[in-house]
Parts: sequence; C-alpha cells; structure tokens
Amino acid sequence: MAHIKFESVGIEFPIFNATGRSLTSRLLEVATGGRLDRDPSGRVLVRSLDNLNFEISEGERVGLLGHNGAGKSTLLRALSRVYQPHHGKAHIDGKVTSLIDIALGLNPEATGRENIFLRGALLGIPKTQLQQMFQEIVDFSELGNFIEMPMRTYSAGMQLRLAFAVSTVVSPEILLMDEWLSVGDMGFVQKAEQRLAELVSKSKILVIASHSRSLIEKTCNRAIWLEHGRIKLDGPVKEVTEAYWGNSSEGTIDG
Amino acid sequence: MKRALSLALMLGWEDVKQAYRRSAVGPFWITASMAVQIGAMGVVFGIIFKTSLFDYLPYLATSIILWSLVSTTVIDGCKAFIESEAMIKQLDISPFVYVFRVMLRNLITLAHNIVLIPLVFLVMWHPIGWQILLLVPGLALVVLNLTWMIVILAVLCARYRDVPQIVAAAFTIVYFVTPVMWQPSLVPSDTAHFLLGLNPFYHLLQLLRLPFLSAVPTAENWYLSIAMAVVGWLTARAVLKRFGKQIAYWM
Repeated sequence: MAHIKFESVGIEFPIFNATGRSLTSRLLEVATGGRLDRDPSGRVLVRSLDNLNFEISEGERVGLLGHNGAGKSTLLRALSRVYQPHHGKAHIDGKVTSLIDIALGLNPEATGRENIFLRGALLGIPKTQLQQMFQEIVDFSELGNFIEMPMRTYSAGMQLRLAFAVSTVVSPEILLMDEWLSVGDMGFVQKAEQRLAELVSKSKILVIASHSRSLIEKTCNRAIWLEHGRIKLDGPVKEVTEAYWGNSSEGTIDG
Repeated sequence: MKRALSLALMLGWEDVKQAYRRSAVGPFWITASMAVQIGAMGVVFGIIFKTSLFDYLPYLATSIILWSLVSTTVIDGCKAFIESEAMIKQLDISPFVYVFRVMLRNLITLAHNIVLIPLVFLVMWHPIGWQILLLVPGLALVVLNLTWMIVILAVLCARYRDVPQIVAAAFTIVYFVTPVMWQPSLVPSDTAHFLLGLNPFYHLLQLLRLPFLSAVPTAENWYLSIAMAVVGWLTARAVLKRFGKQIAYWM
C-alpha cells in the first residue's frame, strides 16, 4: 500500500560560505574567544519548503508546478527520503524509485554489461533478477555487441538508451521524475514513450515536476503548485493548470 | 546491512578497477609500484641503518604494506561522502554503503600488495611462524577500528571541507613517529612508553605486522585496540545519530 502524507513539513538549507565550510576559521573563532569578527553571513538559512501539508494515495498522478526555485526539486528529494524534514513529519510508505538522473552510477570506463549491473544495483534490483532481464535490457537499448565495450566508446544517444533501458525495468511503487525522460534518438523515441507510459501506469503513485503544461495535463490527475516553498494551490489537474497558466491552452511554457 | 555490503563491494571493486582500466597489467600496477617502493627504501635504509638486508627487507616490506592499509584508509575515508555526492543527493541508501566502499576498496588494494610479502620472505629465506594465524583476529580488529574512523572523518569532512587536507598533513607526522621504516627497539626505553604506547596507530600496526615476523602482539596491543574499537564505535554511532540526516544537506 503506497501512501504519502506530509504534515507541516519544513526544510531549510544551511548555506555555508567559505568561512562556514572551514574548520580552521571555526577554531580560530573559538581560540580568540569568538571576538574574531563573527561573519554575519557565516550561516544563512534558506527556507526551501515551508509548512507543507498534503496526502497522496494510490492511483494519484501528481504534477508539481512552480517557477525555478519554488522548491520542486527539494520536494522530490524529500519524497525520495534523501532530505529528512527539519520541521513536521513526512510519512512515505512504499518503495520509492527516483528517475531524476537516470545516468546516476554509470561509469564511462566500464562496459555496457558492467554498467547494467552497476545501475541495477543502485536501483535496488537483485542481481539474479538483473541476470534474467539482461537480454531484454540489451535488446531494448539496441546496443548489440557494443554491450561488451566500454561505455565511453558509445555515442551520446547510445549512452542515453542504455541508461534508459536499465532504469525503466524497475517496477516502482512510488515513481519520482523531474520532467519527462526524453531519449533523443529518432525511432527510439516511440519505443521509449511506450515504455515510460507503461512504467507510469504500473506505478502506484507518480510525482513529476514539470514546466510543460501539456505533459502535466496528459499525465497527471492532480497538480500541486509550489511558490516560495509553500503550496499555493493543490487540486484536480485542470483547476491548477488553469490557475497557473491561464485559461487557454495557449501560452504554454514548454521545456 | 547485507545489501549495504554487497553494494559497497561492487562500488569498491569498481573503484579499484577504474584506476587501471586502460593498462595491460591492470590492478597489478598497485603491486608493482609497491614493490619498487619497498626495493628502493630497503636498499637506502638498509645502508643507513647498517642492517643486513636479509633481516631488514622482510621487516620493511611487511611494515610498509600493512601501514599503507591503515594510512590510505584513513585519508581515503575523509572523502567517503564527498566522493559520493551525486548518489547521496538522489538515493536513500545507508551511509554505511559509502563507508564500507572505502574500507573494501582498501582491503582489495591490500590483497594486491600482500602477495609481495611471501615473495620477499622467500627471496630473503626468512621463516614465517605459527604466529601468522594471529593475523586473522588482528586484521578483524584493525578493520573494526578503521571503519569507525572512516565514519567520523567522513561526516566531519562533509561538513568542513578543509579537514581532508588537515588529516593528510597530520598523517605524514604520524608516519614518522610510528615505527614503519625503523625498528621500535631504536626508541630509548624511557621514551618508548610516551612515543609508542600513546600512539594508537602503533598498536594497530603491531597487530598486523607481528604475526608475519614470528612474534606475538603484546597484551597491551590487544587491549588498547579493543578498547579503541568500542569507544570509537560508540562515538561513531552517536555522530551518525546526531548528524546522519544532515549529510545530504551538506552536499
């Protein structure tokens, strides 16, 4: 049973400047009894998420809207349990799969085969299961014999296809994405779109941050609009996108 | 914990392989460069200390190889979280994965170097006694100690980015005050207690080294290393409990 519940969740970032990052200057401060001009900007807190309250149940496809810096990425990281909130409580039940950076853990010097196992391990897929799915991944990525070559010899498109093929074999309960995954290669696009759509429909909860109105309206049934780390509007997708982008579907900001 | 270990082992292996991917002999460059270092130092210091190479070279080879496990693990441990920034920011996996990754990577390196010891012993026709069996508990205790050091240093270094440099600098001093190249018996007995007894790394090195040299580590070596492991792990646990959740924010 996948379920997410945020109760007045707040996250603030300590911003360290060069002095805040340095132990030597910290010690000097102590040694001089703190009189050594205490840097006023030594510790700045940036409130990234502020008093978030929401619940997401199974079957919901949630789009996150908001300008850059509104807190979308921070919220995604909080949902993946990377950031533990400083205030409030975040209950996240279910296995979380983050497809924010599908190339995470891939090593250009390693072969395609090694990378499948590396990336798979990071996604939490058991090795035996990976061995079973290995051929399918290779076929899907259309790499053929290149799978035994170091990844650095691949074209950018091939690298992306490999990353995509491994990362999408998971069966997620809670799926997190930052924008739709786009795999540039012509011909591959359709296959990838289909795979991704399947993945989304298999997942119990989807949370996707995006600047694209059409994507949100097509994929989601609910939207949360973030502004300055607070929820400005939370509701059915049509309602929120209309409030955010205006009534007509023109003026869509894509990308 | 099991998943953390297998993931760490995979990443650790990858790290070792990574550095030697494009060379023909692969990871055995580690062994080769260690052999060169031991050979050169053996000749130079053998002459300086006026000792016979037959006695000195086995001592030096054992000391340098085992010391390099201790020193590189500690210095490497500083980077444990910093080097995995991308993963920490995206995946919710136990911080022990990154700690074990460093530990295992250094143990794998040791496994490459340690083949030199029997080689040197064979060439110098130096015996190995039953005491070698004590290497098993000794190594276990050293690994236990090194892992808590990695935990604490990794957290500290994630927060204060100048600590790795401080640790590296401090370790060159530790290297000189610890009898790695020179024999502990060279220290006058009235200062031995101060110079050797209080040096935790001396005790760890003795646990690793003496089994090769047909000697038994002293009770003091054992007790202090055990005490250090207990206190160290309690501290490491407290540090992780207090700061573990903040590591991601420091990246």
